[in-house]
Amino acid sequence: MQTYEAGNFDVIVVGAGHAGCEAGYAAARMGAKTAMITINLDMVAFMPCNPSIGGPAKGIVVREIDALGGVMAKVIDKTYIQMRMLNTGKGPAVRALRAQADKVLYQQEMKKILENEPNLKLIQGMVENLIIEDGECKGVITKTGAIYRAKTIVITTGTYLRGEIIIGELKYSSGPNNQQPSIKLSEHLEQLGFDLVRFKTGTPPRVNSKTIDYSKTEIQPGDEEPRSFSYETTDTITDQLPCWLTYTTETTHQIIDSNLHRSPMFSGMIKGRGPRYCPSIEDKVVRFHDKPRHQVFLEPEGRNTEEVYVQGLSTSLPEEVQHKLLASIPGLENAEMMRAGYAIEYDAITPTQLWPTLETKAVKNLYTAGQINGTSGYEEAAGQGIMAGINAASRALGRNQDVILNRSDAYIGVLIDDLVTKGTVEPYRLLTSRAEYRLLLRHDNADLRLTEIGHEIGLISDERYKKFLNKKQKIEDEIKRLKKIIIKPNEQTQQLIASVGGSELKDGIRAADLLRRPEMKYDHIKLLAPSEIELDKEIEEQVEIQIKYEGYIEKTYQQVDRLKKMEDKKIPADIDYDAISGLANEAREKLKKVLPLTLAQASRISGVNPADISILLIYIEQGKIARVSNE
Amino acid sequence: MEFDTIAAISTPLGEGAIGIVRITGPDAIKIADDIFQSPSGKTLMEVNSHTIHYGFIIDKRENKKIEEVMVSIMKGPKTFTREDVVEINCHGGLLSVNRVLQLVLTKGARIAEPGEFTKRAFVNGRIDLSQAEAVMDLIRAKTDRAMNVALGQMEGRLSKKIRKLRQEILEVLAQVEVNIDYPEYDDVEEMTHTLLQEKAKYVKNEIEKLLETSKQGKILREGLATVIIGRPNVGKSSLLNSFVHENKAIVTDIPGTTRDVIEEYVNVRGVPLRLVDTAGIRETEDIVERIGVERSRKVLKEADLILFVVNYNEEITEEDRKLFETIKGMDAIIIINKLDLPQKLDIEEIKKLAEGRTIIYASMKDDKGMDELEQAISSMYFKGEIETSDLTYVSNARHIALLNNAMQMIDEALFGVESGVPIDIVQIDMTKSWETLGEITGDSVHDELINQLFSQFCLGK
Repeated sequence: MQTYEAGNFDVIVVGAGHAGCEAGYAAARMGAKTAMITINLDMVAFMPCNPSIGGPAKGIVVREIDALGGVMAKVIDKTYIQMRMLNTGKGPAVRALRAQADKVLYQQEMKKILENEPNLKLIQGMVENLIIEDGECKGVITKTGAIYRAKTIVITTGTYLRGEIIIGELKYSSGPNNQQPSIKLSEHLEQLGFDLVRFKTGTPPRVNSKTIDYSKTEIQPGDEEPRSFSYETTDTITDQLPCWLTYTTETTHQIIDSNLHRSPMFSGMIKGRGPRYCPSIEDKVVRFHDKPRHQVFLEPEGRNTEEVYVQGLSTSLPEEVQHKLLASIPGLENAEMMRAGYAIEYDAITPTQLWPTLETKAVKNLYTAGQINGTSGYEEAAGQGIMAGINAASRALGRNQDVILNRSDAYIGVLIDDLVTKGTVEPYRLLTSRAEYRLLLRHDNADLRLTEIGHEIGLISDERYKKFLNKKQKIEDEIKRLKKIIIKPNEQTQQLIASVGGSELKDGIRAADLLRRPEMKYDHIKLLAPSEIELDKEIEEQVEIQIKYEGYIEKTYQQVDRLKKMEDKKIPADIDYDAISGLANEAREKLKKVLPLTLAQASRISGVNPADISILLIYIEQGKIARVSNE
Repeated sequence: MEFDTIAAISTPLGEGAIGIVRITGPDAIKIADDIFQSPSGKTLMEVNSHTIHYGFIIDKRENKKIEEVMVSIMKGPKTFTREDVVEINCHGGLLSVNRVLQLVLTKGARIAEPGEFTKRAFVNGRIDLSQAEAVMDLIRAKTDRAMNVALGQMEGRLSKKIRKLRQEILEVLAQVEVNIDYPEYDDVEEMTHTLLQEKAKYVKNEIEKLLETSKQGKILREGLATVIIGRPNVGKSSLLNSFVHENKAIVTDIPGTTRDVIEEYVNVRGVPLRLVDTAGIRETEDIVERIGVERSRKVLKEADLILFVVNYNEEITEEDRKLFETIKGMDAIIIINKLDLPQKLDIEEIKKLAEGRTIIYASMKDDKGMDELEQAISSMYFKGEIETSDLTYVSNARHIALLNNAMQMIDEALFGVESGVPIDIVQIDMTKSWETLGEITGDSVHDELINQLFSQFCLGK
């Protein structure tokens, strides 16, 4: 193939899925001349699996992306068909938004936003090779011979790398949803010395809504209360569509049992490691054989389509068996299957080959983000995408200021630290239990945690930042006020307390202390000690949470502080682990592989125990002294 | 963890009348202040650096004065470690120094590893380069030794129990997590406050039992209060002397009301015996005569083990029978001494009086019977299950501190439940408790929870 020079950029993003979109958008908004190159421009921000965004932990990631100045939250706010706040009955730390997306509108809206970014070019093309000179990535070459050069490159290939779709006994080379797979790039990465692993994921069949008997299912409506992901969204969609709940039956399970030999999962045809987080229906039936039924959610894929996603029925059984499975489920007896479910195997790189900036250790100026790094989920991909985009742009623009979020800053920080420090043996999904500082990483305070960083990077406008500072000030003032003002035990007070089932006041009490009582809400306090200025709901909520859980929040901050010194202890880049006597062999090998940046990161590597950390610390200090005395 | 607050007894164990508990790290002064009460009411947080203060160490939970102390406050960087350092000077000998240390550990300090104070000093730039290697060797050597202890204890009942307890907490945690991460998953019982409270109370109870009934732990911590009794001239002091000769004795004196009572520590096959009132035996050979009936009753009542010596060469007297009456139901070993002389003792009656307790036939003069006696003591307290040489003092104090910490966290979880704090926040304390228990068995791995989640429940889209 004859090649030609097709253009020079600051940043090139390969791929336009959820990671690619955020990476490209962030880079362009930071002022980098950016190109996004994707195999098929009709697939920008495509949702190959479930038509939903958010959920526990994931929903908070979407908020974090928004607080940093990313795009996902804004797009879903414009295109959802249903929005729900989950875990409302629990504490503030685990509340999370989830939206059902109109997946077609989502794509259109995202593409529109990207196309309107002055610094961003969308290009259709299949990247097959990287240009590497002196261990640095300098550009990409497409199948059609176009050479695009750039200072930094971000690869976000999702499940396209040597993708293979498997349905029953059938297996063929393909990207998701029968898209062209990316074969050459995978081989090229292997040649460059990257360690690749084979992962697997899957998707359920889609059925025609017109053929569903909804009377046999339970309705799952969205929240009445208006909700949005983005801190900037003002208009919410009121016309929501419901989802529906049904269950598998004994017949479903019998069909699976008698066709297990045809399942590629059990016949040995699939070798890739699948996620425990979204197992196939055959997996669920085999592993939990005693369970009489499994939930099946029917989720519309959009407003202008009849396709309905059958959540819970992810499968790679033969198409013929899938027809039977559907027919065994109440409400779906006569459902027409429009697309069959399938499993897909793909290449991912072992993420311990990355720095916490998502730059690869082996090739300078090359970054990877999303499913290629071994994760699953749109939100996980987008969270990595924005960070890779920020760091790639920062490098390309000569700012050379790496942006790494701590585990106490964001779920995105937890996600990336887990990936680059511990690696993963299955597609990685964020769970709230992965975050040790869950109480700090809340849905409600994502802006308080990250707007500052977003502004500093240049992704948050001065105007938005000013608004944010104003909100922050109001929160602080109101908390201060409530901690000072004393509520007297008069009749109005006692009546209100009694009405919510609280015990009578004996003396005057500070408003903040009264608010700490479990039965009290900010709305009650507001009646007893009204604020002089009008505060929005968001501020009131923030005040309530910060006061009510102050003790626990404080305790968590103490934990963070205790680790701070270890986070601050940098490990010199030129450290020679072989020269440190006393390290256990396993620890030495792991340290050499992960190359942690800080002592805290080193301590999180499995197989590196406290004694090794002690020795490492002493070695580092020793080096400092040696250096000083040499000078 | 590096850079946290650590504490240790910095004087040699058991020797000398003064013991020093030394604390270093960011919370050193706060921790000391938390357990210190000055007669003048001053707090250690406010005093000047490099000053010394008189007062008491108080166990606030039991509202009890533990020890009369002098506390030195030294603020970094002008200290050995360049961190804040507190030294608590105790007068009380091994027992009370230990109690002060335990209290410090429950307030958030961690027990220092061997060489760790020196390491701190080095890391903070206080010591020169040549010492670094030595410290590293020490850390490595210590780890190997700790591994041996850990392996030895793996078979022990303690770790088995803790594993079981952790698994139970883990199932609770997984249930809470599944409610959070899969809110629509219908197949799992919602973890309610009542349910959580029930579980937390159960766990607390189990930890309490471990702390209380862990006889071995108590023995190792304080020594087994042992009293040698018997009529004059039956061979009590010979028995004492053979203990002391065969085992290195550590002599301390206990202050206060019983200052005249001298104790000696001996280590019998890993069982530390605190021989009470040895002075009495030395001086008059007769505890009852010397300190009076009331006192001797009191000493006997507080004893963990009684070594009752009778004479093979004499007939049973009324006094013997009275002594048998006094020690009814107590842990005792009967030693029939002077086997080298002709029998006058009615062995059958002794057997009856002994009520099934071990009888050892001995001749102190010929050094006969000591082996059997030591074996009897050892098997009485360790039932032959634990190789006691592995249970070093350090790991033991550490375990107790960790158990105490784990219990504190459970208490906080219970407090949270009672105050109506949401489950997922209460769970923070439950999780910490679980992690703390894991430090005892050495399996505090975070992925355990996620693994449990997905093996216990059928989750996913």
